[in-house]
Amino acid sequence: MTSVERRFRRPGFWTGLLFLLLAAGAVITVVRYTRGLGAVTNLSDRFPWGLWVGFDILCGVGLAAGCFTLTTAVYVFNIKRFKPIVRPTTLTALLGYSLVVAGLMYDLGRPWNIWHPLVMWNPHSVMFEVSWCVTLYLAVLFLEFSGAIFERLGWARALRVQRAATPLLVVAGAILSTLHQSSLGAFYLIVPGKLHPLWYTPMLPVMFFLSAVAVGLAVIIVESRLSSRAFGRGLEMPLLMSIGRALAVAVGVFGAFRLFDLARREQLGAALGPSREAAFFQLEFGLGVILPLGLLAWPAVRRNSRRLYAAALMVVVGFVVNRLNVSITGLEGAQGGHYVPAIPEVIITLMLTGIGFAAFAFAVSYLPVFPVLEEGDVPEAGAVPALSPIATEAIRS
Amino acid sequence: MITTANPEARALLFDVTRCIGCGACALACKESHGLPGTGEETELDAVTYTVVLDKGDDRYVRKMCMHCLDPSCASACPVGAFTRTALGPVTYEASKCLGCRYCMVACPFGVPRYEWTEVVPQVRKCDGCFERQSRGLQNACAEACPAEATVAGTRAELLAEAHRRLAESPDAYHPVVYGETEVGGTSVFFLSPVSFEQLGLPVVGSQALPELTWASLSKVPSVVGVGGAALAAIYWITHRRQEVAAAEGRGSEEVDHDQR
Repeated sequence: MTSVERRFRRPGFWTGLLFLLLAAGAVITVVRYTRGLGAVTNLSDRFPWGLWVGFDILCGVGLAAGCFTLTTAVYVFNIKRFKPIVRPTTLTALLGYSLVVAGLMYDLGRPWNIWHPLVMWNPHSVMFEVSWCVTLYLAVLFLEFSGAIFERLGWARALRVQRAATPLLVVAGAILSTLHQSSLGAFYLIVPGKLHPLWYTPMLPVMFFLSAVAVGLAVIIVESRLSSRAFGRGLEMPLLMSIGRALAVAVGVFGAFRLFDLARREQLGAALGPSREAAFFQLEFGLGVILPLGLLAWPAVRRNSRRLYAAALMVVVGFVVNRLNVSITGLEGAQGGHYVPAIPEVIITLMLTGIGFAAFAFAVSYLPVFPVLEEGDVPEAGAVPALSPIATEAIRS
Repeated sequence: MITTANPEARALLFDVTRCIGCGACALACKESHGLPGTGEETELDAVTYTVVLDKGDDRYVRKMCMHCLDPSCASACPVGAFTRTALGPVTYEASKCLGCRYCMVACPFGVPRYEWTEVVPQVRKCDGCFERQSRGLQNACAEACPAEATVAGTRAELLAEAHRRLAESPDAYHPVVYGETEVGGTSVFFLSPVSFEQLGLPVVGSQALPELTWASLSKVPSVVGVGGAALAAIYWITHRRQEVAAAEGRGSEEVDHDQR
């Protein structure tokens, strides 16, 4: 493949960075498995969960939520025009969930026991339910994506079976996603005395579900834009405009629900107060809800790929801040201290993210992920041909 | 998962008014569990299951696992590594553990500790001297206490004893037995001359916290049932509309609402 040849001939900035992260990550991996979690993390008895749970797991799962909403729209609601972006979105989710498992291999104290929840049941544990859902959903995602592999291999019969099974897979995926996206919030229902009231609410599962739906749509927009620039592809602008509209609705619903819940629990005053928690809440809500909502309300924003991308990126960042607030900021008061991730924790997180981008680029250069451009689907002006598939993150605006 | 307390289940009663702060309990705990240390530690850690904290004014308070009747750790653990035993103590089985540390997050008393520098780490906490108690011995800490500040007994006995002390000298005590109703009831009781907040004990309600997560988990079957049925119905409707449209010769591949 020419793009692969190109990658090895001209390793760019992002490729270099990835190899640097891989080298540092390899050292950290050895230390982590020979000296224990304490040697590479700032985790402690006060903060048993840190960046790897807060970002790699809570954010990783949420950011991959675009797949279940999009496939439900296409295969259940029969809105077929979104079909061209189903495969890249499914690939994003498949890689996202795989990386969540990879992150768990670092974070779990005894990662070789990761399969235990499948045989040692505790139905009263949210963690047990999430373990099952994520395992099953990973299988569903693989089967949903397997069509691209069968197509590449020319296995017509397998492809036919896969296509016939797709609606069933999509329904299973939607149910599993609804369950575990909300259950990530339900983790924290058991700590009413520890989690700050700006985030602790009996509605946590609903909050996590609604925000995951919104951020999943935002990620579809972000991924489309990055792919279009990295692989010199056209941008399915009419589709993205519709997604932008759906994103505005999803962010609006989440924002309204969040404010309503704060008001009902009489926490609106605290949200505007001078506390550290309030500042982090304002960052989360301003960046993730108010700003993008203000932008997306304008048709001029939704029509312009760059502005649409900017609004979607804000939703993504706001979402990340929200998950870190629930998992870290909101607990710091009760735990009496601060948690700041150690550098090795940050490097592993960056390395896993980088591997995700690289794996995406690798997959699209070997598998039919993007639709073949039809006539009239002219690549948008400014979309540069790929110098390096790894340069997926190379955003120049 | 409300456990009806076995009337024979073992418990501990700690009375702040009696404690002289000698630390014999902490040292006995170390010795009986073969743990390193002096018994004078001021914070729990992976090799310290109980500590005696100096709260000023000659007041000392112990910190240890409360052995809840409906333990958050046991409910949180995905593999059931924690067990509320019929004997009373909440025990931990390391061979099941995958190290997710949700137990540490979930515990309302902040008790479980982790072996952060071990390659094969375990969660560590007071095991209520399960092994000793199985052999009919009492808890090492209670046995070692020279002032009878920590006493062992059945939960019912100790609760009666605690209330007897409150009734006998109401002026000497804050009128509550900490642990009687906290998070649904614990197996370690505290009596104090001042409010428990002043001693640094967390203010927790009387609701067993696993009920909070169960409220969410118990909805799983309905999400699967209702969600599955709703999605199937929508699938049928949208695809039926497409078939009808095709049969009527409109030849459209998509139904109207798709073409906006």
